[in-house]
Amino acid sequence: MPKDQGIGASSLRREDVRFLTGKGQYTDDINRPGQAYAYFLRSDVAHGTINGVDTTAASAAPGVLRVFTAADLEGVGGIPCGWLITDKNGDPMKEPKHPILAEGKVNHVGDPIAVVVAESLNQARDAAELIDPDISELAAVIDMRAAISGGPAVHTEAPDNICYDWDFVAENKDAVAEAIAGAHHVTTLELVNNRMVTNPMEPRAAIGEYDAARGEHTLYTTSQNPHLTRLLMGAFVLSIPEHKLRVVAPDVGGGFGCKIAHYAEEAFVTWAAKEVGRPVKWTADRSEAFISDTHGRDHVTKVELALDENGKFLAYRSTTLANMGAYLSTFSTCVPTWLHGILLAGNYTTPLIFTNVKAVFTNTVPVDASRGAGRPEATFQLERTIDKAAREMGIDPIELRRRNFIAADAFPYQTPVAVAYDTGNYQATMDKAVAMADLDGFAARKAESAARGKLRGLGIVHYIEACGIAPSALVGSLGARAGLYEAATVRVNPTGSVSVFTGSHSHGQGHETTFAQVVAEMLGCDEANVDIVHGDTARIPFGMGTYGSRSLAVGGSAIHRAVEKIIAKAKKIAAHLMEASDADVSFANGQFTVAGTDKSVDWGTVALTAYVPHNFPHDTLEPGLEETSFYDPANFTYPAGAYICEVEVDAETGKVEIQSFIAADDFGNIVNPMIVEGQVHGGIAHGLGQALLEHCIYDSDGQLVSASYMDYAMPRADDLPNFTVDHSCNTPCTHNPLGAKGCGEAGAIGSPPTLVNAVVDALSDHGVTHIDMPLTPSRVWAAIQAAK
Amino acid sequence: MYNFDYLKPGSLAEAVEALKAEEAVALGGGQTLIPTLKQRLASPSVLVDLGGCLDRDVLVVRDGDCQVGGGATHAAVAASQHAPKWLRAVATGIGDPQVRNLGTIGGSLANNDPAACYPAAVLGAGATITTNARTIAADDFFRDLFETALDEGEIITAVTFPTAASTGQSAVRAANYQKFDQPASRFALVGVFVARRTDGVRVAVTGASASGVHRWGAAEAALSADFSAAAVAGLGVAPDGMLGDLHGSPEYRAHLVGVLTRRAVAACG
Repeated sequence: MPKDQGIGASSLRREDVRFLTGKGQYTDDINRPGQAYAYFLRSDVAHGTINGVDTTAASAAPGVLRVFTAADLEGVGGIPCGWLITDKNGDPMKEPKHPILAEGKVNHVGDPIAVVVAESLNQARDAAELIDPDISELAAVIDMRAAISGGPAVHTEAPDNICYDWDFVAENKDAVAEAIAGAHHVTTLELVNNRMVTNPMEPRAAIGEYDAARGEHTLYTTSQNPHLTRLLMGAFVLSIPEHKLRVVAPDVGGGFGCKIAHYAEEAFVTWAAKEVGRPVKWTADRSEAFISDTHGRDHVTKVELALDENGKFLAYRSTTLANMGAYLSTFSTCVPTWLHGILLAGNYTTPLIFTNVKAVFTNTVPVDASRGAGRPEATFQLERTIDKAAREMGIDPIELRRRNFIAADAFPYQTPVAVAYDTGNYQATMDKAVAMADLDGFAARKAESAARGKLRGLGIVHYIEACGIAPSALVGSLGARAGLYEAATVRVNPTGSVSVFTGSHSHGQGHETTFAQVVAEMLGCDEANVDIVHGDTARIPFGMGTYGSRSLAVGGSAIHRAVEKIIAKAKKIAAHLMEASDADVSFANGQFTVAGTDKSVDWGTVALTAYVPHNFPHDTLEPGLEETSFYDPANFTYPAGAYICEVEVDAETGKVEIQSFIAADDFGNIVNPMIVEGQVHGGIAHGLGQALLEHCIYDSDGQLVSASYMDYAMPRADDLPNFTVDHSCNTPCTHNPLGAKGCGEAGAIGSPPTLVNAVVDALSDHGVTHIDMPLTPSRVWAAIQAAK
Repeated sequence: MYNFDYLKPGSLAEAVEALKAEEAVALGGGQTLIPTLKQRLASPSVLVDLGGCLDRDVLVVRDGDCQVGGGATHAAVAASQHAPKWLRAVATGIGDPQVRNLGTIGGSLANNDPAACYPAAVLGAGATITTNARTIAADDFFRDLFETALDEGEIITAVTFPTAASTGQSAVRAANYQKFDQPASRFALVGVFVARRTDGVRVAVTGASASGVHRWGAAEAALSADFSAAAVAGLGVAPDGMLGDLHGSPEYRAHLVGVLTRRAVAACG
């Protein structure tokens, strides 16, 4: 029977009350007394030398307080990159400076050149039009292949435009080559993982404020990780110590990865607030977001998969060009390496794996994490290649996957690509998806589609991802410049209500509901008695933030540990009140009892006693009931699942219609099934958007062609079918206290290859073997023509 | 946007007068103009809102024609009992509910976006455009991308469509519009309007050509002789002069013109 609260209940999202009634408090809703407005003048050319920026007229324009260029930012550091990659020769990656405002050169359309701070936004914008930067345009380099083959250098530090050239696993290189050379069958595939604009509903915004009397800075910002922003901006950019810098990320309207990075605008408003002596506010408009938010994906990959005569995978080799854009954004460098290479085993027993990744500078917007970040790229190439291999060898694609699955009794399973999977059961999720998909009826459905002139296709994928990033010691050894634990403080208030302070920021994930369910379950109290506080460095002990589907697995575990400490202390207080031994006290359903007696004391009495300690074991305990935990995970978590999609293709026009989409995911233990289902729906929609519609396109001069929603197609409700999702196949994570794995990115990881596999299946009779995403009508039609 | 003066005249005469001002611009439903202003891509001195002086009704008038007021919104046309079914279908397919509730037929035609739907319906049906100064046949109205026969300051007051009930040779016995969406904007990547009139078949194509909405003469001739999808199955249009962009090559658009024409004919029954 479904529970009505606690772990396992589909509690309604408490945060939705304020979101759906317009009571959310987003950064742009915040207005500080006396605030001024910043407007960024951005480069309209992709590459050029700045000869000079004359701000005289702008400075004299009505309402203008100050106009700033790079020359004014003396002593301000560049934006740091959070992850050092060491290349195949042991050299550190090339790390050119990422200045707050362009210094001497512009390197992409949207690169900020100057900022006007004025009394009103319109005055700032009017004044910015009076700035006429003198820029000598240079040849731009956009295509990655051109960039590494003698194209113009984006940075003098990287004359060949290569940030790093990374081999993984380097020791496997020769053995992989040998296995491929001698294999019964080798499937090869060249593919593109299309560049995306991440497009959260809320554009980025930032307000800087400076309290001169106290010497304290405050930044309000649209961030997924306010503590990380405080660390990066305080320590590396502005040299403000943490105790004088508060970062607040209030309600945030979606992040999807592009609000992880620390951005120049955040540093600028924080710095400028002190310079002009007024709070300074900046809010991106949508056009600005397209050319200043980090983009996602953008890999060009070649794959070879070696198989024996029975379809057993023998070796896998891939080479990838990964676009970094013009500068290294915060986690850009780990996305195509440690978030990508370690997933190339998939769910399979492939013994030998080797990948080479070249990260490439181009005159485009910086590329960084976007829902899945590296794992969608790994899953896409692997699952597309397996599908092609199945077709080439005449083996059913489900059967081929099953033959290569890691067996359910083989866990923990050490892959050849560093990571060890703790648990999983891939045959079970495949069985579940197959059962839901009515595959026996497919032939009849295909015939029925054919009768209407449509080509029906079936696509199958089994994905794995690595979430809950990650053991700090491990990521530190791999180049991370931060730890990746999470922190929580659980404060029991004197009357027994509970305030939880978590470093996991919520920007759509529903933490305020889910985390309260965990605490309520553990304390046997009503969820309404638990409040979740996040998003403010002045209130939260510490936090590494929300990304990589880590909030419940890592942040939730920190809360769990803190509540365990609370219960342990509360038991001691209860033991004192009941005149019993600590060891004899049990706690359940909000009651402390002593085994074998009728003695009991309730939660509220214990909480009150902690704060009104008249009858209290002062010799062994301190008053109060508040505990903090820093939880550092022992491993990643490894959600996995089977996805099945049916499509109909109109061969005359190339239009793809998704007929059904089925997902059977293993997320380990689930706290709120409704929220998990919603996360999966969103993830699948996100992934199908990439596969079907979304395409970020630059022309050869570096102008962003798809720079608005008139040309950049986001998925809409009528592009998508009703999703059928299941999460009954659970193999709980073995190394975190909740047994949770994470669910936020799965849909975006598993769905793109599922759709492409389905469309290629539909067109296989026409001789089509691959189409690069997005599968827009014109591309599908062109693929059909090309195969004729 | 930049600052501008805003006027909402209560009569056509006042509107005409107001539009004589330097850099004055007429505002219909604003579905193109307002985004343009917001992006600072236009800087009119005065915005003359026609909402206070234009007829917004859809009526059946003498001889069975359907007269649509220049200020009628797409939603009003889509919902009108007086508009023929094919015209309601065209209006229903434009934009989204917000666009349909504000956008007007007069605004759409005066703007003449090369991917808009109404120009195809007006040209395909052979409608007549009435302005404050004259009446203009559809064949004379559309000139080029965003260019029409309208003079400076001339205002569309009504559009008159022939219908099945129309007397005379212009009666539209059947018509159908096939729109293939550009995936992002959902304007017509290509749209084809086919009208089977008493005096022959008219085929108008939008979205495809680099010179805007146009008639497809070869298809009209073939369909006037034999109104069947088979009659145009062998006909193709050349990619020369077709638009090409990230959503479709000239070849793809040329191909779609043929496909959509056949489908429109089939849908006419």
